[in-house]
This record gives sequence, structure tokens and C-alpha cells, in this order.
Amino acid sequence: MAVRNTNLAFARDEMLEAQLPPTSERGVIKWIRENLFSTPLNAALTLVALYVVYNIVAGFYPWISNSVWVADSQKECRDIVTGMSGEGATGACWALIRARWHQFMFGFYPPTEYWRPILTLSLLFVALAPVLFAGKNKSILILLASTTFLLFVTLLLVDGNISHVVFITLGMIALTALGYLAPVRLYWVTAFYPFLSIFLLWGGSFWAPFGALIGFVVWGVVYNLLQERFEAVVSFTLGLFFAAIWWFGLQGFVTDMLLTGLPLELEFVDSDRFGGFLLALTIGVSAIAASLPVGVLLALGRQSDMPLVKILSVGFIEFVRGVPLITMLFTASLLLQYFLPPRTNFDLILRVIILVTFFSAAYLAEVIRGGLAALPTGQFEAANALGLNYWQAQRLIIMPQALKVSIPGIVSSFIGLFKDTTLVAYVGLMDPLKGVTAIVRADMAWKGIYWEPYIFVGIIFFAFCFGMSRYSLYLENQLKTDHR
Amino acid sequence: MAFTQSAEFQQFKLSQLIYDTRFRSYTIQLFVLIIVLAALYWLLGNVVDNLAAKDKDINFAYLFVRAGYDIDQQLISYTNDSTHLRASIIGLLNTLVLAFAGCVLATIVGLIAGILRLSKNWIVSRLIGVYVEVFRNVPLLLWIIVSLVFFSETRPQPRDFRVTAEMAASGQEPIAKMMFNNSVAITNRSNNIPSVQFTNDLGVIDLGFVSVSVLFLATVFILVASYFTNRFVLRTATKVQWDTGVRPTTWWKSLSIWFLPLGIFFWSMGLYLDYPVLGGFNFKGGLIISQAFMSMLVALTLYTGAFIAEAVRAGILAISRGQTEAAYALGVTPSLTTRLIILPQALRVIIPPLISQYLNLTKNTSLGIAVGYLDLNGTLGGITLNQTGRELECMVLMMSTYLVLSLIISSIMNIYNASVKLKER
Repeated sequence: MAVRNTNLAFARDEMLEAQLPPTSERGVIKWIRENLFSTPLNAALTLVALYVVYNIVAGFYPWISNSVWVADSQKECRDIVTGMSGEGATGACWALIRARWHQFMFGFYPPTEYWRPILTLSLLFVALAPVLFAGKNKSILILLASTTFLLFVTLLLVDGNISHVVFITLGMIALTALGYLAPVRLYWVTAFYPFLSIFLLWGGSFWAPFGALIGFVVWGVVYNLLQERFEAVVSFTLGLFFAAIWWFGLQGFVTDMLLTGLPLELEFVDSDRFGGFLLALTIGVSAIAASLPVGVLLALGRQSDMPLVKILSVGFIEFVRGVPLITMLFTASLLLQYFLPPRTNFDLILRVIILVTFFSAAYLAEVIRGGLAALPTGQFEAANALGLNYWQAQRLIIMPQALKVSIPGIVSSFIGLFKDTTLVAYVGLMDPLKGVTAIVRADMAWKGIYWEPYIFVGIIFFAFCFGMSRYSLYLENQLKTDHR
Repeated sequence: MAFTQSAEFQQFKLSQLIYDTRFRSYTIQLFVLIIVLAALYWLLGNVVDNLAAKDKDINFAYLFVRAGYDIDQQLISYTNDSTHLRASIIGLLNTLVLAFAGCVLATIVGLIAGILRLSKNWIVSRLIGVYVEVFRNVPLLLWIIVSLVFFSETRPQPRDFRVTAEMAASGQEPIAKMMFNNSVAITNRSNNIPSVQFTNDLGVIDLGFVSVSVLFLATVFILVASYFTNRFVLRTATKVQWDTGVRPTTWWKSLSIWFLPLGIFFWSMGLYLDYPVLGGFNFKGGLIISQAFMSMLVALTLYTGAFIAEAVRAGILAISRGQTEAAYALGVTPSLTTRLIILPQALRVIIPPLISQYLNLTKNTSLGIAVGYLDLNGTLGGITLNQTGRELECMVLMMSTYLVLSLIISSIMNIYNASVKLKER
């Protein structure tokens, strides 16, 4: 302002335009200088990294760019690649995946029933939506809508039976609408999901899993009725008692009657036809769902004041953590028959799920114990001072905080569990990595193929595990309540 | 006081067993005990019934029977005439060798990757980030199989290394060449590296079970002696530093203590390197590393290295920036800041996850069955189990061995952890 008032001819009366910084201080050049070549050491590292990247790209590019998607055997693939790029050229033969993708996904599951696992997986997302995105109605809606859309497309491509496609899609649209109108009601899907998924995957009578569900309803009703009069532990035990009466006494009779009256049945699919990612997800998801409560109980047991409970929990946790998973799986396939009454023979997948659940629960218990240890003693004391009993205090005060702290650890043990499902190949199940690949390669047409199946399976595993780890970061941010 | 007394005199009612917090824990524990004992009784009863039904017994005598199978990697002498027990011990030693080599290499890879991931260099940190995420999120089994495929399918055959007379005359190069000045040959059958040999032999001491080379014992003795001498020199130096304020130079002393005696001893024993040479259809001489060991080692190193890299990164990030700034404010040089201020604090955060990674690696060596590596799981839990049909005994022995191994590793590492952790009053 002062400049303008002086009115001198040699003085500027307006500001100059701001000039651009020097070329070395702006744009790409600045970024490269600061991020890639700031010091001699950094420059050397950059050159080494570029060399590595160049080698990787140069090694893989011809192979990827010569990809063959349609062929009947590996020899045909080779001929096509040779025809395209001359003698000695290499190329990826994705035709194998195209020809055998259904085995990688479903194993030997009957092809006409593929809609069942696909629907089960879609319903898994519906069941998980309210849990994963509690209170985020928009996220729930997006998840449900995209699941419905993907389900529709997949069914059109895979199943082809138009009545299946229409009915299932309409059902999913109804669920999406429910998710839009009353997201909290979706918890019902979550509650029914275990029974529904067993029915869908294995088939057989609808009334068998329904009967199992009724047992849990009996348990819950008895618990609620008695809760007013008795201690929680007592009513819990009595509820279990009545449920057991139903399961082992009445259920078989009632479900048989229902089946004759109302034959709701799907074709029964035996466990040994499960394979590929269907098997990995069945084992992974059930073990993940079952191991969390067991892990919480073990962690509480380890913190308990009761010496016997504490010793048992510590012994179990340390034993399981000290042996490799593969020995546990061998136990499931070789030894469990010794510990059960003679001539009992229950499903290998179920045995594996139980052992994997125990295995994972021990690791989870340690993670949750870390979370419990991170809580200040004041929290326990405050809960006591409010007059909450042990389970109320755990449910309302302790666990929400302890679990929140241990989310990263919990999710990474879930990821570990999911990756470890590949080891079931060693007890004769068809996991996608070793079991299915071995079967595919046993075919003369695809004998010498190595990289493609592993890359395919690896990418799918990566997608699942990376997704889980990203979700855990999201959840950590969502639950962050400290003021930073 | 009055309250407790009146409570004592109240008549004891049965309902107090459930409602009175003083007694309830006993009731619950009693119930738990009963359930556990009943379950144990049921399980053991079933075992007895099942064994009777299959006409079997629990008997460990099979361990002393001729094994009858060959193991290609053996650290102590073994033939197929040896017993199952010896085969199992060979397997255990193979497990230990793999676990040890894996832990050392994974630590090196993990440390470098963890530090580089925090580098300000954009491309380097991204590259390491891709490595860490890709290896962490894909099953280990896949990496093991892929590295076996890499070594057995993509490496050249031994005959590709041959240089015939005509090729030499016409100056034609062979398809494949040995690495590092003709000393390392990586073929699709085996990996050959030079081995250390001595012209003089001091004989062996036969301990009955194993025979130990005197030369090996002497080397160990010299190394231990060097360690203690070096420690004495360092302590003296520290004492002088405390007394006078000036630390005498010790690096040349340490260097000569470590290397002179060993060098003189090796020289007098006539040390030479035995290089692998192509003879017939395979490479001969040198140390042969099997494909199974190599692929297990590479896969375990890269997989565990990715996890260790994350632990190292978290450890370094956990040290607040104020520590570095305070050190600079005190005039400490950057390299000393890292060595004396950042690393000691970061180590405290890094070591507990590092322990669990070492344990995981040790347990993961049991995946050797994927590539036919005969470790404990391949001998005792594999061939021996299948040959003798004694599932119960083999599994119990194998699980307890792994358990003891894990407990030993974790206790050693916990001692180390205790020695570096923050000393509080």
C-alpha cells in the first residue's frame, strides 16, 4: 500500500507475478531428486532396484505376453506359442485354468449343484455384512448389492438353469432390500447361516440342521427363563441339559416325521467330493468362526484365579503352540480313531475342522491375552465396583476393549489359519494348492505344466489374505477412540 | 472384623456353594476336574478298547529294529541297516540344521528388508513392500513347491556344463557354466559347492553312538578359547576406559585372537577346498546340497524373512522421533545414534515377535514332506510310521520332540530377551 501512495516513476505500483521455482526444485525432477537420488547410497539403491525390476519384467514379459487361453493340452499350447513367436519362445498356458477351473474351485462337487456353494459363499457375505460394517448402513448396502450382482453373473455363467438363477437372484434382492430397510435384521441371517450353509453344502434333509438349530433355541429359551431365578452358570448348564435331551432323544424322531410330511431335500454330497477353494473356505471359515469363542475362553482361563482352570488352559495352549499343525492334522486322520469308541467313523473334514479350530484357538488365546494384559487394572476394578458379575464385566467392559486392542493379531492369525488350510492335502483332502494340482497334472494332456496352476492359486490366496489384512486396518481406524 | 466373624458363625447352607463367591470357585473347579477326569477316562478307555480290537499294544521296541530305508542327507553315519531310532535322530538333526540355517538367513533377509522398507527411496521401499505383502499373504506350501520347481525344472542339466574337445577347439561355449570362478554348480539334480578338506587327519573318537572327528573338536576348542580370550581383552579395555577415560584400541587384538590361532591350526592341518568337478553324468566332489534342502531353505528364508521384516519395521517405527532428535541435540553422531540409542530400544520391541517367528520357522520345517526332505516328520512320522504301523507311538514321540524343541528355543530366546530388555528398578 505504501508503494502506491509514493507515486514515484521508478517504483512499481503493482506486485510481480509469482515466478515458478527453479526447474530442479519442482515437478518430476524435484520428486526424482528427493526420492530416488538424494544421496550416493540412495542413488545406488535406486539403480539396483531398477535393475531388479527390469530383470523381473524382462524375464516374465515374453512369457505373459505369449499367453495361450484356448487349447486342449500342453502340447497344443506349445505349438501355438511356437507358431506365434517362433522356435524356443515360452508362453503361459492359461488354457489349463480355463479347462480345469471348476476343479480348482469345487473339487469333485457335482457340476449340476455348483449353485449351492456359490449361493453359500454369497450368503456368507450377507451374514458377515452386519458384523463387518456394524452401523455403516451404506457399506452394508454396497456389499449386499455387489454380492447380488456378482452372484447373478456367476450363476448365469456357471449354472445356466434359469429357474435357479431367477429364484436365487430374487431372494438375494429381497435380502438386499432388507439390508436397506432394516440392516439390524440381517443379524438373523448371521444366526441362521451356520445351519443353512451346512444344508446347502452337504445337502440331505433340511430338517437335520433345522433340528440342531431347534436345540440351540431350546437352550436359549431355558436359559432366559431360568436366568431370573438362578445363577448364570446354573441356568446355562440346565439349558444345555434340555438341549441335549432334544438333540440326543427327540430330534431324530421329530425330524424323520417332518421329512415324511414335508420332504425338503437336496441331493446329498459326500465330503470326499469337496475340494479346491470350496474345501479351503469351508475349513477356513468354520475354524475361524469356531476358534474365536474358544480362544476367548482359553484366554480367560489362563487369566483365571482358579488354579485348576489356569493349569489346564496353560497346558493346552502351550502344547498346541509347541507342535506343528501338520502333526495335529496327522492326529486327526490317524489317531482320532483310537480315542473314539470302536467303529465310530466321522467325517474327515469335520475332524480336520475340529483340530484346526483347537490349533487356531490356542494362538488366538495368546493374542487375546496380550489384549487383556494391555488393559489397566482400573477397568476390572471399576467393573467390580459397579456390581457387575464376572460374565457381565467381561461382556460389557473387558472384552470390547481387549478385543479391540488385539484386532491386528487376531486377523493375522485368521490369515495364518486360512493359509494353513492348504496343509490338509497331507491327510488326503483335495486342497487347491497340492491336491487339485496333483490331480490336474495326473492328466496326460497337462503333464508338464508347473507355474500356471500355482500362480492362479497363489493369486486367489493373495486376494483373500490381503483383503483380510486391509479390512483389519480399516477396523482399527474405525474403532480408534483415542484423541490424537 | 465384626462382619467377617458374624459371617463365619452363620450356618453353612448348600446354596452357598453356588452363590457365595468364597466357595463358588471350588465348586466350579470340582466340576471341571470331574469333567476332565471323566473325559480322560473315556478317551483312555477307548484307546484300550481300540488297541484290543486291532490286536495291538503300546510298545516302543520297534525303535530298535532295522529301519531299511535310505536317507540321503545324514549328519552322523547312517545306513539302511541302522535302527529306526537312529533314523529318527537323523531326521531330528536334519530338522535342526534346516531350522538353524533358516533362522540365520531369515534374520539377515528380514533385517535388510525391514530397514529398506523404511528407506526414503521411493522405488526401494515399494519394491520391498511388494516382497513383504506377496510372501506374507500366500501359503508357505506354495513357496516351497515353487522353489522346488525352480531348482528341479529350470536349472540346467549336469551334461549342459560339459565342454567337449570339439567345443573347446571351435571356441563354443557350453549351455551352462559354473558360478563363482568354477566353484559352484547349481544343476537340476543337486547343488554342489566347494567343501573344506584337510590333508592331515587326526583320527576320530568313537563314542559308541557317534564318532566325532578330533579335528572338529580341536576347532571348537580353539573357537571357545578365542571367545573367552577376546572377552577378557574387551573387559580389560572397558576397565581401562573407566579408570582413565580413554579406551585402548582393541580391534586388531580381537581380529588376531579370532583368526590367528585358527588360521595357524588350519594351515598346519593342510586345509584345502575340494571343488566339484563334472564327472560322468553328475558333478562329483565338493559338498552336495540336495534339492529338497535347498528349496526348503529358500522358501523358509524368504517367507519368514517377510514376517521378520514387518517386525523390524514395527520395532523401528515404535521408537519415537524425539529419541533421534534428543540424541542430535546432545551432539551424538548419526551412526552412534543408531547404534547406541535407536537399536537398543528397537531390539526390545523386535525380539518377542522374532522369537515367535523362529518358533514358526522351526515348526514349518515339518513341511519338508512336500519336497521329500527327510526331517523328523519324514522319518519318524513318515516312513517309520508307515513301515511299522505304530501310529500312536510314533505320533506321541514326534509331538513330544517338537514340543521339547519349541520349549528349548523359546527359553533360550527368552533368556536373551531378558538380557536386552529395559532394566527397571
